Order: sequence, then structure tokens, then C-alpha cells
Amino acid sequence: MTIKYTKDHEWVRVEGDIGTVGVSEHAQHQLGDVVFVELPDVGRQLSQGKEAAVVESVKAASEVFAPVSGEVVEVNHELEGEPARVNTGAETEGWFFKLRLSNPAELDALMDEAAYKAYVEGLA
Amino acid sequence: MSMNNQGRPTDIRNTDSAVPETVTGNRGLQIEEPLIFEQDSAGRCGVDLQEVPAVASRLGAVKPRARVGLPGLAEPQVVRHYTRLSQKNYAIDTGLYPLGSCTMKHNPRLNEKMARLPGFSDVHPLQPESTVQGALELMAELGRWLTTLTGMAAVTLAPAAGAHGEMCGIMAIRSAHDAKGDTGRTKILVPESAHGTNPATAAACGYTVEAIPATEDGRVDLEALTAKLGPDVAGLMLTNPNTCGLFERDIITIAKAVHDAGAYFYCDGANFNAIVGRVRPADLGIDVMHINLHKTFSTPHGGGGPGSGPVVFAESLAPYVPVPYVVQEKDGAFRLVEHAGDGPAFGRMKAFHGQMGMFVRALSYMMSHGADGLWQVASDAVLNANYVLASLKDVMTPSFEGPCMHECLFDDRFLKGTGVTTLDIAKALIDEGFHPMTMYFPLVVHGALLIEPTETESKAGLDQFITALRALAERAKSGDVAYFQGAPRLTPRRRLDETAAARKPILRWTPAVQAEKVAAE
Amino acid sequence: MRYLPLTEADRRSMLAAIRASSVDDLFRDVPKAARLPGPIEGLPNHMGELEVERALSAMAGKNLPAGSVPSFLGAGSYRHHVPATVDHLVQRGEFLTAYTPYQPEVSQGTLQVLFEFQTQVSLLTGMDVANASMYDGATSCAEAVMMANRVTRRKKAILSGGLHPHYRDTTTTDARFIGFEAVVMPAAPKGGEDLAAQIDGDTSCVVVQNPDVFGHVRDYTELGQICAAKGALLIVVVTEAVSLGLLTPPGEMGADIVAAEGQSLGNALNFGGPYVGLFAVKEKLVRQMPGRLCGQTVDADGRRGFVLTLSTREQHIRREKATSNICTNSGLCALAFSIHLSLLGEEGFTQLARLNHAKAVQLADKLAAVKGVEVVTDSFFNEFTVKLPKPATQVVEELAERGILAGVPASRLFAGELEDLLIVAATETNTESDMDAYAKALAEVLS
Repeated sequence: MTIKYTKDHEWVRVEGDIGTVGVSEHAQHQLGDVVFVELPDVGRQLSQGKEAAVVESVKAASEVFAPVSGEVVEVNHELEGEPARVNTGAETEGWFFKLRLSNPAELDALMDEAAYKAYVEGLA
Repeated sequence: MSMNNQGRPTDIRNTDSAVPETVTGNRGLQIEEPLIFEQDSAGRCGVDLQEVPAVASRLGAVKPRARVGLPGLAEPQVVRHYTRLSQKNYAIDTGLYPLGSCTMKHNPRLNEKMARLPGFSDVHPLQPESTVQGALELMAELGRWLTTLTGMAAVTLAPAAGAHGEMCGIMAIRSAHDAKGDTGRTKILVPESAHGTNPATAAACGYTVEAIPATEDGRVDLEALTAKLGPDVAGLMLTNPNTCGLFERDIITIAKAVHDAGAYFYCDGANFNAIVGRVRPADLGIDVMHINLHKTFSTPHGGGGPGSGPVVFAESLAPYVPVPYVVQEKDGAFRLVEHAGDGPAFGRMKAFHGQMGMFVRALSYMMSHGADGLWQVASDAVLNANYVLASLKDVMTPSFEGPCMHECLFDDRFLKGTGVTTLDIAKALIDEGFHPMTMYFPLVVHGALLIEPTETESKAGLDQFITALRALAERAKSGDVAYFQGAPRLTPRRRLDETAAARKPILRWTPAVQAEKVAAE
Repeated sequence: MRYLPLTEADRRSMLAAIRASSVDDLFRDVPKAARLPGPIEGLPNHMGELEVERALSAMAGKNLPAGSVPSFLGAGSYRHHVPATVDHLVQRGEFLTAYTPYQPEVSQGTLQVLFEFQTQVSLLTGMDVANASMYDGATSCAEAVMMANRVTRRKKAILSGGLHPHYRDTTTTDARFIGFEAVVMPAAPKGGEDLAAQIDGDTSCVVVQNPDVFGHVRDYTELGQICAAKGALLIVVVTEAVSLGLLTPPGEMGADIVAAEGQSLGNALNFGGPYVGLFAVKEKLVRQMPGRLCGQTVDADGRRGFVLTLSTREQHIRREKATSNICTNSGLCALAFSIHLSLLGEEGFTQLARLNHAKAVQLADKLAAVKGVEVVTDSFFNEFTVKLPKPATQVVEELAERGILAGVPASRLFAGELEDLLIVAATETNTESDMDAYAKALAEVLS
């Protein structure tokens, strides 16, 4: 199961044709304490690079863009009561939603773990 | 001699100065004041009312309600409650608010006295016009001062606050384009440095917002702006002086470019204090501008409101005002136009006629200062801000070359490598007895610190502020991070957990909530 | 000049520190053509307090204060007795001249007041949560409709014919510019509207007012259930906050949002402003609420404190995506409301409400006894509508000449309509002799 990252600090982990999406460890650190997550509705069609969700910290609201296109099949309802999971488990239990990929080729444009790590180091 | 042993000793020597733990949690004059709901005593009342005459109920099918659940207190307890709460507040009356773009100037008490004259305060908005000629005259007179100071052709006093005034201005622009059948104009241009209400207002009115970047010297990028101007642009929203405290030198060129493209020029008047009485916005090519009476014209902030946001219009937009507005007939009588009918007025923005209580205060302020006084207001406001800039530029990092207008902008480059943030500086400033400056705004620089002293600060007051900030800047650079991160320490409350407040919002008192809190402690 | 502390010596010393030759030098970025040579023409020079008082008192003297004659005006603004304590407390400099509580460590006074205010508004309206106030009831109403649109993702609001026309028009102005539909029902002085029939799959909300602008009180529980069944929200508007001391509150009738005017408590008539909008919702809708919110938390020492919260909804953070562009609340007016209600307490507030109702009943009986006058509203709180044999505007003018402020002609609010209807309010400030004077003068005017 490979994990891929976007320049905007989202990750997607693909199993078959289902991708699980969240924000990276780096992103959660930049955001500070997450207080609220606005998730997409199940059934919504997302396009790569377009807004999919909103993650709010006390002083800022940040858009989360869809790393790949597809239809939302599941959202992480746990985040409603426990938004802190985005901070404690950004790349694990803090996942936002799952989607059914409509165009798996889009993954080729994303970075793998090593490339993303280098990218983040370059930003500092 | 006869030795008189009465009286108390007055020797002040001795005793330690450690702060004791008290039984009540109170600390001298600082009282731990519970919520009003936690002071309930059934049956107590702070008001004596007449007996209710026995009448047959005319409530029809509606049942009388059960208990509301309000606490009962007598007058002395209510007075103590609110007096104690007031003592936990910082205020203009107690100290400087160097808040950029807020213009926290002194609130004259004459204005309060005038607003409370029964002829202004005890008048119902829907009384027959013949019984409120003085109120209508006051509105007309205030309107005259505003149009004269701005050089504009028309004014509305309807909007309740600055953001409401922005809404009014954008609605007027939309109306004007609609009247010409020019419906393809879907965009509003807004500088990156704009206050959040600007894009929020434009977006609310159905426009797409396009951001214009700033140049190296903090002004709007004229080239970038001209590139975006086209037949799809309805207007430009600009603040001048801008939110970096700088006058937009190219403003007349900007106005011409906007007009040549068939668009309108909206000016956010939040920073009018820098130029009031010395420069007229109409002479800069502005078509419409809102004015914050609670900024430039001293009406009190009251802990968050009420405000008042009159809007002035150039000839081009003058027909597109909201209702109601005051007109004067040939015989001198004043009349209120309350219905738009088929005319160009775009409709109503709130109930009744506007924030009359603030109109009285603002006019009292204007008359007190006069044309000569207002000239001096802008002059001293700009002088004070430049003095602060000149006095701090060696220890902090000004974002742009001076001179500034009525406010000066610094960023957090001077804190680089110290581990101390803009927020930490602000919290430490609180312990020094000052309300912090505007922080993290505008967004065009990192860790912004925007300082606006206003003209009502004395030189001695400014020197004290400067001394404190210089010392804090030095202390930050010396690496004393712990000092800053624990600040403030001397206030009624220390830093508050805003994350918890947002994750698990508790937005009211309920008996159950309090029990839970106690259990968790 | 008494408000300007800088002396000429100060200015010289400061210019030297800045290394500027003159203040004019600091204005060098202003285009030459726009720099005025001196103080603006057409405006007088500065005046001392004495002169300002004289000028403004002269203007005030041309107005007839409502308290100086028998006065029965309502229609969204009500004359109640505000205890002397309220005005003294709101004029404390720490309340009057304080800024918005963005630095909570030095604003616990304002913040605790807002927390208490939010609680009071929730209790009065019977709702779960309230915000820290809006500009006024009319803008609250418009914001409530826009919130209903966001929540239901629909765009059509049904506005009752009993809704105050100023509230209706504030909403329709927003409808036009912000882009939604507002269906305006015809004026309904006698009720009889079938609002349920108007609700379809595009309806985001139904807006009713209780008591309505004609004074009529109703139970909206059934309408609330129909709205819920069809996925629309019920918005209840209240323009007379004192009514909440006696009537079943909107929360118990199934309201999803309550948009109200708080002026009746703590705030003078002030010729229409500043007033204080109340906004209260059910728990599940809290994140879609416009306006400021104050929340409880703890500080670094574990002590209870208060902060503004859920700010990410607001304009200064979401910018284009904000729930509303609103920035200020009506802080000082909310404080006055809160102090007045604290003085009244449970006993006082409910007694005040019963007293208002009794006064209105007495007045209605006296006016009904005048030949030619018909009381149109069968059930009311402290306001009702009468039908007159002559145009109400004319009657009101003639009564004003006789020293009676008789009420609000319906045609003042409903342009060109309902010319024979007069909306009349009575509060605890009206005495029996006021009412007798009214009835007597009315009889004269109608004979």
C-alpha cells in the first residue's frame, strides 16, 4: 500500500481503487491545534486539486484539496468529536475521507514519501 | 506631657512582600466574581414594579410560559457584580490602545451628555415628523459635515457599522451597473492587504474576488491592477491610507484606470483619521466610501459595539442610496423618505433610520473640533505614528520605508532566531500595562505588528510605550524565551485555552455544565 | 483644543526625532492637487462645550420626547422604564471605552458579560445557544434567512404577512444582492395566512413574527412540525423582548432560529438606534451562526475564564468564505440589556410582562368603547391594531396636536395600504389617566 503526497501537504493511501486521504504530519504541525474539520458529503464528486474539506485551527481555516479525483465513499466521523486526532495521528487515525479513484493515473503526478520529505526540507 | 495612646500605628516597615493565598481567591481590589446565575436567590428582585391589575387574559390560544430560569438579585448585588466585572477590563480611559486600523481615540463625555438629552434619546422613530424636526435636522447636519469633509455629493446614514457600510457601497455599485444593463461585471478587485470584511462583503454580494499584490514598497501594484482591469470588473475596493499605514501615491492614476475600465472605486474609510480635514477623498477620484463613526469620530467602542458606518457617494453613485434618507423641503421642514418606490434607491438595510445615538455623539465631536481642530487631528495622528516609527526602527523591523501615515507597520524579522513570536511580545506588553497593537494583520508581512497611537496620546504617554517596547525587543533578542511564553502574569487571567474553547464549545451557563466542571477539577 | 494633548514644544521635539522639517513633510505622498491649503471651507472652527451644548440642545428642543405626553407607539420599538442603575453602569469607562475583547486576559469583564448575555437570551427564547448580539432585529432576521439557506442548501424564504415591513425589506434587499428568493406574503392584519401551503422542496425557511407587527400572538408549534417534515427551518422573529416573559417562547414552539430585537430591555428609544439584535439557535446549528460568540474555558492556572470562540466562521479569518461579513456586535447595548434583566430577575421580568399585557388589555377596552373604533386583534400581548373610520395618519396628526402620541399608522410601514389601521402599544409606562386622555381625545377627533 503506497502513500503519495501533494505539494499542498495532503496524502493519499491507495488500496485497490479506494484512496484514504488526510493531511501530512508536516501540515498538522504547521496548523497547530485543530479544533474542527468540515468533511465532504458521501457521494460528492471531487476533482484533483479542488477543495474537498476544511480544517480549522483556532486562528485559521485551511482548505484541504483532493489529491486525486473520485467519489467520496466514506468520511471519518470520529473527527467530529475528536478533531485533535488530526494532530496526534495525522497520517493514521486522523484520516479525513475515502474516495473511489476515477483516474488512478493522477497518482503519477504526486510525490512518494522520500520525495515529499525532501520537498518539506526544502521549504524550511 | 500627657501620653495619648489612642490611634493606630503608621509604621510601614516590616513584612514580606510575598503574594499570599487568600481564602476567597480575591486579591485585594481584584475580585473573583461568579456568574450572575451563580448568585441566585429565589424571590429577590432589583426593581419595584406596580401591582398587575386583574384583567381577563387576551393571549388567546397561546399558553403562558413556565419559568424562564433567571436569577434574582437586589440592586446592590447587581451594582457590585457589574462594577467588579468592569475592573477586569482594559479601556481607553485607562490606557493606550495602539491598535492599527482601529483608531482608539479618547471618547469625549460631552458626547454622552448630548446623546442623552431627552429630545434625542426619548424619541420614538415612528413619531409624526412634525414632532421630530430636530432629530431630522441633526441627521441632515451630520450628513452635511460628512459630505463637506469628503467632498462627496451624497450620503447615507443607514448602515449600522463599517462592514455594513461596505455592504451598502457594494450594493450601490451593483445597482449602478444593473441600471446600465451592465451585468457582465462579475469581479471585484481587492488588495492582498485588505481587511477581511472587504472580500467577505464582495463575495456575499455575489462577486468573485481577485486579489491584487503589493509592491516592495507596500503600495498596490499598479501594473498588476491595470492588467486585471477589464469589462468584467465591477469595482476596486481600496483602503487609503492602506493597511500598511502608507498613502497610495498613485491613487489618482488608479482612480482614472478604474473609471476608464467602466468600474467604480470603493474606498474603505477605516483609516480616514490620517487625512480627515486635510484631504478630501473626492479629490482622489473615489466614488464611494464608508466612514466608521466609532473610529474617526470618537463614538465609543463599548466592548465591541455599537458602531455606525455612514457612506458617502460621488455624483456617479448618488442616486443609489438605501432608504431611509432625510430631505429638506422648500419651506425648511425636514422629511424622511422611507420607501424606495420605483426610484433608484436600492432598498432598506436595517429597521428604522440608523444609529441615531451615534450620530449625536459624532456631531458633538465634529462641532467640538471644527475644521481647524480636525486639521490638527490628522496632523497629530500622523506625527504621533511617525514618532513611534522613528523611535523603534533601530530595535524592531519596520516593514517599509517611512514616512508612514497615522499608523506604522513592523514585522517579526527582528525576532528571528529568538524563539519569541509576535504573539509573545503582545502578551508581555500586557504586563507592562499596555493593550497590544494589532497583530498578524495585514497578512502581507510575516508576524505583523501594526501600531496606531492616534492624536489623543501625549508625548509622555508615547515615550512610556516606546520605552516598554524597546525593552521587550531587547529582552527577546537576549534569548529570555520563558519570560515571554509565560506572559502575561499580572492580569486577572493568564493566557486562556482557546483550543479547548473551540473544540468543546461551552457557550452558556447551565446548572449541569457547572456540576461537570467541578467534577473535572 | 481640549482633546489634543500635544503642545507646540512637543511637536517640535518630535519632528526633530523624526528628522522631518514639518508635519506637511509627512504628507508628501499625497498628490499635490489633493492637498488642501488649510482647514476645509464651509465648516465652522472649533467650539467649546458651552457652545456645542447650546447648538445641540436647540436641535433637541425641536423634538417632542415620548415621555412628556401620553405615548402609545410600538411597531418594533418600545418605551419601557429603564432603572437608573443601568445607565450609570454602562457609562463606566471600563465598559464604555473598552475595545472588542480580542485580548481576553484584559477583557474578562466584557467577556463574562457576553457569556451571561448569551445565557439570558437562550433562556428567554427557549433556545439552546445564542450569539453575542447583532446590529438589530431586522439584520438578525436577514442573517437568519441566509443561515437557513446555508443549512438547508435551498434558496427560497417565505416571509409572513405579519412580519414587520422593515424586517421584510432588510431581508429582500439581501435577497436581491446576495442571490436568493424571498416570497413576501400579503399584509395580514387579521391573520388567516396559509404558510404551510407555501412550503415546497425549494423552501429553506418560513419566517413568522410573534407577536406579529399587528400585535397578534399565535402558537406556531404546528407550523414548526410541518416545516421540519418538509426540510425547512422555522424562523421566529420577536420585536418586543418583554413578551418573552409571558408567552410560550419560540424554542418551545419548535423554532430553529430566533431573530429578535432586544431594545425593550435597557435601551432607550433613541429615534431608532442603536439597538441590539438577538440571535439564538438549536445546538446542532451552532457552527453556521453568524456573529461573535463567547465561550468558557480555563487559563494557564486552571481558573475559569472566557474567550471569543469559533472565530473561524468570521470575516477576519474566512474572508470570502465567512458565514457573514458582520464585524461589530452591539456590545454596549447588550450590556444594558443584560444589566436591566439582572435587576428584574425571574420575578421582575415575569411581572413586567404580565403588567404590560394588563395595560394593553385595559387600553384596548377603553378604545373599543369609542364610537367608530374597532379592535382588530383578538389575541395580543402589549400591542394591538385598531380600525378607524378615518385615515389613521390623519387621526395621528390631529391627536399629536392634542398632545397624544397615538400609535403607528399601518400605512407608514405598509406603503399605500391599510390606511384605516392604527397599531397601538401600551407598556408599564402608561397610566390609566394617559389611557383616558387618549380615549377622550380620540372620541373628539372622530366625532
